[in-house]
Amino acid sequence: MFVVASLSILITMALALIRAMMGPTVFDRVLALNMFGTKTVLFICVYCFASGRTDFLDLALLYSLMNFIGMVALLRFSQIGSFGDNGQEARP
Amino acid sequence: MIAVDICILALLATTAVAVARIRNLWAAVMFTGIYSFLGASWMLILDAPDVAFTEAAVGAGISTVLMLATLALTSREEKPIKKFPVLPLLVVIVTGSALVYGTLDMPRFGDPTAPVHTRMDPGFIEKSEHDMHGEMPNVVTSVLASYRGYDTLGETTVIFTAGIAVLLILRKPPKRKTNAAFGQEQEGSHG
Repeated sequence: MFVVASLSILITMALALIRAMMGPTVFDRVLALNMFGTKTVLFICVYCFASGRTDFLDLALLYSLMNFIGMVALLRFSQIGSFGDNGQEARP
Repeated sequence: MIAVDICILALLATTAVAVARIRNLWAAVMFTGIYSFLGASWMLILDAPDVAFTEAAVGAGISTVLMLATLALTSREEKPIKKFPVLPLLVVIVTGSALVYGTLDMPRFGDPTAPVHTRMDPGFIEKSEHDMHGEMPNVVTSVLASYRGYDTLGETTVIFTAGIAVLLILRKPPKRKTNAAFGQEQEGSHG
């Protein structure tokens, strides 16, 4: 059952990867990356329960945090165009 | 679980090819993030959660942000390649085959008779508690921070230097005309 679950998560990952490759706009790719991170968290959880080492679940927590921070950075960059001080002035 | 391993390795290879092939640098940064997530999952499958932690924090988190900050200073499109690069391809193929040839001598994954499992000096585990005055129960920490402390200090120095270099590169060029308000703002942001 765990194998089927992880395989289906991996198929979803592959679909997200295809969208990131094809994605015409930036936002398709951002969405694909975000979805990929979420699927990684799910995959780690499923793998932890499959291998019986549930102490690895901390990793899934860290991954979701990293995913969130990276996503905020990506979106901020795509809106402003830089991380510098000038960008904050140009912010609407 | 072999099917899962094959799937993850195939996804890793696909992502690596995509990073190399894609011309849009913005998308390439995103693919490196995806590669980090996949690589960290692979590390987890190989029973190396500490490496997976590092890969997640550094690969997917910090390096994506640093790459984006670099993109802010350059253009977003890679220049098109005029002719097919034959020499670099040859060099990469030769180096890759040498590396693969080097792995042929390595023991199988998880082999209990591998040197790393048999040649370990048991003195570390026996003497660790006494040497650390009984205050550090984690043997890995005592090996990292005390027995090979100078090694760790060197690694930290390398990483610190690299961090300073990256900060110097990514720093905005100093403005010539500085008024009082701008100076305060600079102090506030960099101090």
